[in-house]
Amino acid sequence: MHSFDVLVIGGGHAGVEAACAAARMGARTGLVSFDLDAIGAMSCNPAIGGLGKGHLVREVDALDGVIGRAADAGAIHYRMLNRSKGSAVWGPRVQADRVRFKAAVQGIVRAQTNLTLVQGEAAALMLTGGRVAGLELADGTILDAPRVVLCTGTFLGGVLFRGEERFEGGRIGENAAKRLAQQLRGADLPMARLKTGTPPRLDGRTINWAVLEEQPSDGEAWTMSPLTPARLNRQVFCAITRTTQAGHDAIRANLHRSPLFSGAIAAAGPRYCPSIEDKIHRFGDREGHQVFLEPEGLDTHMVYPNGISTSLPVDVQETVVRTMPGCERVAIVQPGYAVEYDHIDPRALTPDLQLRAIPGLYCAGQINGTTGYEEAAAQGLVAGLEAAAAALGKQAPTLDRANSYIAVMVDDLTLQGVSEPYRMLTARAEYRLRLRANNAATRLTGLGIEAGCIGDERRAWWERRENLRKMFHVKHSERVHARKLADMGLPVRRDQGEKPLAEWLRYDGVTPEALAPWLADVTALDPLLAEEMAEDAAYAPYLARQDAELRDLRASEALPLSADFPYGEVPGLSNEMVERLTRAAPGTLAAAGRVPGVTPAALSALLVHARRLANGQRAA
Amino acid sequence: MSDLPTIFALSSGAPPAGVGVIRVSGPQAGAALAALAGRMPDARRASLARLRGADGALLDEALVLWFPGPNTATGEDLAELHSHGGRAVIAAVEAALAALPGLRRAEPGEFTRRAFANGRIDLAEAEGLGDLLTAETELQRAAALANLGGALSRQVEGWRERVLALSAEVEAVLDFSDEEDAAALPECFTWNIAALADELREWLARPRSERLGEGFRVVLAGPPNAGKSTLFNALVESEAAITSPIAGTTRDVIERAVAIAGVPFTFTDTAGLRDAGDDAIEAIGIARAEAELARADLVLWLGPEGAGPAGAWEIAAQADRDGFTPKAAALYTLSAATGAGLAALKTALVEAARASLPKPGEAALNARQYARLTEAEEAVRAAEHLTDPLLVAEELRRARLAFDRLIGRATTEDMLDTLFGRFCIGK
Ligand SMILES: Cc1cc2nc3c(=O)[nH]c(=O)nc-3n(C[C@H](O)[C@H](O)[C@H](O)COP(=O)(O)OP(=O)(O)OC[C@H]3O[C@@H](n4cnc5c(N)ncnc54)[C@H](O)[C@@H]3O)c2cc1C
Ligand SMILES: Nc1nc2c(ncn2[C@@H]2O[C@H](COP(=O)(O)OP(=O)(O)OP(=O)(O)O)[C@@H](O)[C@H]2O)c(=O)[nH]1
Ligand SMILES: [Mg+2]
Repeated sequence: MHSFDVLVIGGGHAGVEAACAAARMGARTGLVSFDLDAIGAMSCNPAIGGLGKGHLVREVDALDGVIGRAADAGAIHYRMLNRSKGSAVWGPRVQADRVRFKAAVQGIVRAQTNLTLVQGEAAALMLTGGRVAGLELADGTILDAPRVVLCTGTFLGGVLFRGEERFEGGRIGENAAKRLAQQLRGADLPMARLKTGTPPRLDGRTINWAVLEEQPSDGEAWTMSPLTPARLNRQVFCAITRTTQAGHDAIRANLHRSPLFSGAIAAAGPRYCPSIEDKIHRFGDREGHQVFLEPEGLDTHMVYPNGISTSLPVDVQETVVRTMPGCERVAIVQPGYAVEYDHIDPRALTPDLQLRAIPGLYCAGQINGTTGYEEAAAQGLVAGLEAAAAALGKQAPTLDRANSYIAVMVDDLTLQGVSEPYRMLTARAEYRLRLRANNAATRLTGLGIEAGCIGDERRAWWERRENLRKMFHVKHSERVHARKLADMGLPVRRDQGEKPLAEWLRYDGVTPEALAPWLADVTALDPLLAEEMAEDAAYAPYLARQDAELRDLRASEALPLSADFPYGEVPGLSNEMVERLTRAAPGTLAAAGRVPGVTPAALSALLVHARRLANGQRAA
Repeated sequence: MSDLPTIFALSSGAPPAGVGVIRVSGPQAGAALAALAGRMPDARRASLARLRGADGALLDEALVLWFPGPNTATGEDLAELHSHGGRAVIAAVEAALAALPGLRRAEPGEFTRRAFANGRIDLAEAEGLGDLLTAETELQRAAALANLGGALSRQVEGWRERVLALSAEVEAVLDFSDEEDAAALPECFTWNIAALADELREWLARPRSERLGEGFRVVLAGPPNAGKSTLFNALVESEAAITSPIAGTTRDVIERAVAIAGVPFTFTDTAGLRDAGDDAIEAIGIARAEAELARADLVLWLGPEGAGPAGAWEIAAQADRDGFTPKAAALYTLSAATGAGLAALKTALVEAARASLPKPGEAALNARQYARLTEAEEAVRAAEHLTDPLLVAEELRRARLAFDRLIGRATTEDMLDTLFGRFCIGK
């Protein structure tokens, strides 16, 4: 008999973060997974980060999570996406060597204090009085724990499709967790099916790289985690090729053999990452679609062709890839496939990712209808922190839409649910000018320290940095006359008087570099902090305006709607509104406003009713 | 909802009148109707009933109507009693209702408030209805009806859709820049933004709905004894201002709101303009007169030719008097004493007012709506001149927020739908 404060099921990206976060909070934590050697495996594209996703990685890292440091340990190609746009939408992305990434994750997991690894299949949840009490493994072992975090990915009722072939399992070569799936289905939770897919893997030795355009690593010095002092691995090239008309014709001729079109897969797949047959079907007029050929590691010849995820039969896959320039003689090492799997309707979760119907049970990752490592990791972090906080009587960091993409995602999931696999996009964050990938530590590490989930190393780093920040503030408040700047050739009018440097930074053409005479010495101490502070200064007017908006928002966040709020009794709410609101169970009036399809009229009815309940019955 | 009191009020004009319509809304409306009429009439069908008080005394014979909620004007159970409109009858029926348990007299605007709270109307419509209830002139009523009919809400929805579409284009550039077909903003983008900003500005320049409330401001000005107060009285058709042959009779500003041909006016009589000498009170009056001139829509100038404020209408008054000196460029020559020339002036005033007040049937903005729309216009205008797509997106978001506040809604998910419906985005 073993007993834990928190048990995490699943050693994927969600499970790893959940287990480590709970352990960092001080909870006695167990991580149960089919195969301990598979912990940290990347089931698909070995890339981490990107637009929106890079923000998540930096945020998880700022709360001392695993994914950022592991990504650096495996990185063989760095690219800052969107570099030409405003810094708030820069998307740091790396391609990682699979083996090195996995090794780094396992290293961190094994070094984590308070964390025990348990190999085995989680077969059934143990419940007492409707609450979680522990877990039974397939071999009969019983593990006690008042809090269990479910991070089983696509393994619930997973079915793989490749042309006319079918397999059971969450990933090629691994089992599906059928017993657990049955138990959850039996618990009458709202579940649905989604699908996702992966492209064939190619043998790099059979690609004619010489004819292809290369995309090198970006040659800068940034890393995913500020705790990684420098880039560690040799950097490699990617190459760019494209699909061709001949390939499109082959796809069109075989559409009926794709389970997506034959009707075998009915579930919705991600619009953001459609299969190649979807792209051809929906946007057939395009001459070709770009495909990135990404090496999977330093010690392997495997290449991941990014952009052609498919579930067509193997023979068609082969024909299609061979119509791409540079791939005329390419060999497929492992064919692509699609997977259809169960997920829980995330509207059944409270904002701490706990299932309303089964107290003590938390869900994180793909099981909640998301797609992507970063989304999984971020949810794992939240569930781990919350489960540990609940078990230990502590307080997890308070995350909201104005301080993190993590909270944007959790809020979207729990209020809006999903109709397709949820993927992070910067467009989802209304306060993105303040949610930049490069200021994640500023936004979150302090909160993490308060909550007690930050290790000594990061804490020391952060404290040093906060001290530096004070020096930057002093420099930024130095007042300089317009004449002086104009004399230096900067584009400011001479009659604009004296302003603090922070204000001058808002002017077009007044860059931190241009202000080097004042800023060079502090900048040298921490160039990244210098960049962040300069952006804060430049965005200040926008941020100030958002502050006013946030005050309004917080006012309506302050009007609570209980989990059992009687929507049915609110006069004037249509049945449809009652249904949507009951399902999403928004915690506050502001959250109700974000439930999709809720009309302004419904909101005002809710407002009036909630105020009336909150104020107690107003004398008639 | 059982905790809400049932309210009632006379919803037609003040008695005496031909018919008095009393509305009852709330959970007890049905019970109240049954108590007075002695039976429950069929839903949504007018029938005749004898209304009796608690003691059984006959109050009136009335047409009664029963509308079960929630598909009613207020969203609640609703009853209407169309009784005879005499003061005593109305008072008796109201007293009988007030005596029933759970019923009370409605506060001003309470029916509207309930309709709003019950989701029957949105914010703009509620404002329209509020305006309608206070509308005193035909023009005000028409404008309120337009808002109530959702004309403004529909207009704002339209703008919101356009901003949403523009946002989707920027977001595609921001979130999918590595995709080939979302690399840059289309050429017509800035043009579309500018067109929207212009349209918003054009709306903002339109007459506002408070203008309807205040009416068209006409100020009468001129030296003492010019006949301002006499003309003022003639225009407002009452002896509102004292007139006398003593120069300096009017010492303060006198205002009267009247409707002429259904158009609302506010006429203002002022102290005669002259050097006040050491009369402190008259000096204050003159200062006030000057302030009124500044906020006037139109000044009628009764003084020496050419000495009035710019844009004022030259009026040659007291034309019946002996020794009357005509003005060379008088727009109107008249005598307030005899009424000669007055009709022509009134017609001209109505015409001028109509041109500067909201058009009948056209939705007009009130102060709140104007402020929100100004915010939206500023944001769209800013977006037009920015080059960083991130900031363009932020300004468009601000515009959307302003529209949402104008009609009371918000969400970003529908922006994403617009986004994905229009682009081949995938990786
Ligand atoms: C075919 C495919 C293609 C994908 N393509 C991409 C892509 O291109 N880009 C991208 O970002 N994302 C992609 N994804 C999504 C991404 O892999 C997942 O979103 C992410 O890995 C989910 O993480 P997770 O922790 O929720 O689950 P997983 O990483 O799937 O981990 C689940 C873990 O739980 C364990 N487990 C399950 N059930 C049990 C049980 N009963 N007992 C014990 N252990 C159990 C499994 O062994 C596994 O270790 C793809 C996924 C799949 C399946
Ligand atoms: N016959 C004749 N007398 C007029 C006419 N209009 C004004 N009067 C007389 O002129 C005198 C002054 O008129 P008021 O209307 O009081 O003049 P006012 O411009 O208001 O003067 P102050 O208030 O002193 O500035 C009064 O005795 C009026 O009866 C008119 O059209 N015809
Ligand atoms: Mg007078």
